[in-house]
Amino acid sequence: MTGGGNIVARRPFPAAAKEKLADAQLRANLRRATHTIRDKRLRVVAEVPDWEALRVAGAAIKDDVLSRLPELLEQFEAAATAAGAVVHWARDAAGAAALVTDLVRATGATEVVKVKSMATQEIGLNEELEAAGIAAVETDLAELIVQLAGDTPSHILVPAIHYNRSQIRDIFARNGLTALTDDPPALAEAARRHLRAKFLSAKVAISGANFAVAESGTLAVVESEGNGRMCLTLPETLISVVGIEKLVPTFRDLEVFLQLLPRSSTGERMNPYTSLWTGVTPGDGPQTVHVVLVDNGRTDTLADDVGRQALRCIRCSACLNVCPVYERVGGHAYGSVYPGPIGAILSPQMSGEGANHTLPYASTLCGACYDACPVRINIPEVLVHLRQTGPHPAAERAAMRALSWTMRSRRRYAAALRAARRGAAPLRWVTGGTVRRLPWPMSAWTAARDAPLPPKQTFREWWARERS
Amino acid sequence: MKIALFVTCVNDLVFPDTGKAVVRVLERLGHTVEFPAGQSCCGQMHANSGYRAEALPLARNFVETFDPYDAVVAPSGSCVAMVRDSYPRLVPGSASVAGRTYELSELLVDVLGVTDVGAAFPHRVTYHPTCHGLRMLRLGDRPRALLRAVRGLELIDLPGAEECCGFGGTFAMKNAGVSGAMLADKCDAIVDTGAEYVAAVDNSCLAHIGGGLSRHDAGAKPIHYAGILAAS
Repeated sequence: MTGGGNIVARRPFPAAAKEKLADAQLRANLRRATHTIRDKRLRVVAEVPDWEALRVAGAAIKDDVLSRLPELLEQFEAAATAAGAVVHWARDAAGAAALVTDLVRATGATEVVKVKSMATQEIGLNEELEAAGIAAVETDLAELIVQLAGDTPSHILVPAIHYNRSQIRDIFARNGLTALTDDPPALAEAARRHLRAKFLSAKVAISGANFAVAESGTLAVVESEGNGRMCLTLPETLISVVGIEKLVPTFRDLEVFLQLLPRSSTGERMNPYTSLWTGVTPGDGPQTVHVVLVDNGRTDTLADDVGRQALRCIRCSACLNVCPVYERVGGHAYGSVYPGPIGAILSPQMSGEGANHTLPYASTLCGACYDACPVRINIPEVLVHLRQTGPHPAAERAAMRALSWTMRSRRRYAAALRAARRGAAPLRWVTGGTVRRLPWPMSAWTAARDAPLPPKQTFREWWARERS
Repeated sequence: MKIALFVTCVNDLVFPDTGKAVVRVLERLGHTVEFPAGQSCCGQMHANSGYRAEALPLARNFVETFDPYDAVVAPSGSCVAMVRDSYPRLVPGSASVAGRTYELSELLVDVLGVTDVGAAFPHRVTYHPTCHGLRMLRLGDRPRALLRAVRGLELIDLPGAEECCGFGGTFAMKNAGVSGAMLADKCDAIVDTGAEYVAAVDNSCLAHIGGGLSRHDAGAKPIHYAGILAAS
């Protein structure tokens, strides 16, 4: 709960969601995009005969990591250091962002190229660099679109999912990237021309990592476009920001995750680029390599025996793509770089600040996320678990307690049913059984739907009359 | 077999016909149904809304009330999911009765081995698999198999059937806007099928869906599938 940075919702989810619901273009864009990825994922997952076994293995490997995290982190540090990397430790978002900024400043560079990374977004690195007079250039196509738009990502894997292609052409045009049409190849070509110059001149690159191998000190980045490979190989200095839960014990464990991740995320059998590096290789690639290991609320999450499964997450975003709530409101409504179902359990565990306590309620508990999760995070279970700590509105708490008190006694419960049935009688007589408008708090129900009324006889009254 | 009916609190008060339908179906098949009067609520709303301490006495009451029976049947996927999924961790010693608690289609198909319950319902019906029945109980094709065996019934596929209707218990109130948006899409899909009825295994979801359909004066009506299985 002690983490910070861009994982803190500033506004309660219902209010932020309501605003997004009013944006018809956003909903159309999201619906189209999430359904496309959803269908692709289902097709490629169905091809794998041992998919369920892979999910079980993925969960087991991550649970093993979480059960001996301190030991594995030290093993990683020793191996990476032996291979020529410099390993740093950061307690929270602010500390990590300051640390990376100092490392860049020490190189004298005023511009850095970036590989798409959730950890750097989480710690607010771009903002921190900008304040220090250092320009951070996002090189992932979708991240670039969002950066040029002056916006923030709305999806873990598809940051610009809330834009359609004509909106993207307009964003490019405003920033001097000319594309003649809104054809995806034309847009990609405009971005390519823009980015090539950046790759060739950059002295420093900043990345995250999908996986960190404890036994060898190796980092792995999985991507589609090849921009990451450029960043990871061309500059002199490479700084990687890595959440402490990204570890896998052995190189061989990558086998499981490199099958699970691409099929779950982009719906591809295999991702086009997998980059692996271990410290410094003399004469080849970056000659100065830093690794910044970030906690930022992860240790707090690890301490909760139900909630810690959220740390298995490999950021595939399959849960976002299948979530009916995410589909209607998009990522910004969650107020954190981690949106959707995983964000609703990760953000409030990492940080107790702001309106994060409203996030566990941003779900119908439909369970589609749990089915899709490649590491079997029981998201509904964690959502319900997090709801137990509240804070609960006073009126709701009083009503819930009264209801429970009534329902735990046979006599009180039967009397309450009778009273409710009788109380509804005048309304039933006026409305014929269906109500269009009710006073607060039931007005939240009748805003979108009619309410049924209890009929003249409860079931137990019928049973008593007919059967006993 | 001593079958006890857990009617559920929502059905007891608002949808008593569903309870009567379960009794009718089981009696028609030659079974005796008992209604233990000590029953109240499974505690699902409390537990899922963050009031596990308030759910606990309700769960204990369920276990005490239903433990003497060979089988417990409830016409609700989500209440049965609460009992089977949460009780074993919530109430010590409840695993046995939780394991003998069935949603109606499980009791009929798996325990009693019946798919044709001798019903007739000459209408066009579409079926919405509610989330807890679908993904927690894994009811699969059971309810549809029962409906397909009903004489005169035309079962129409519901596009996007496995997508949540947006009810989600207190979600419908706490996030009424998102819930309403999900409901609108579900109602559109139902109306597009041209079905006269949308059937489901949960009256709480159906109250939400039915409330949306009636608000927009759509022709399709909600119906608990037990009501169809009881019709003749």
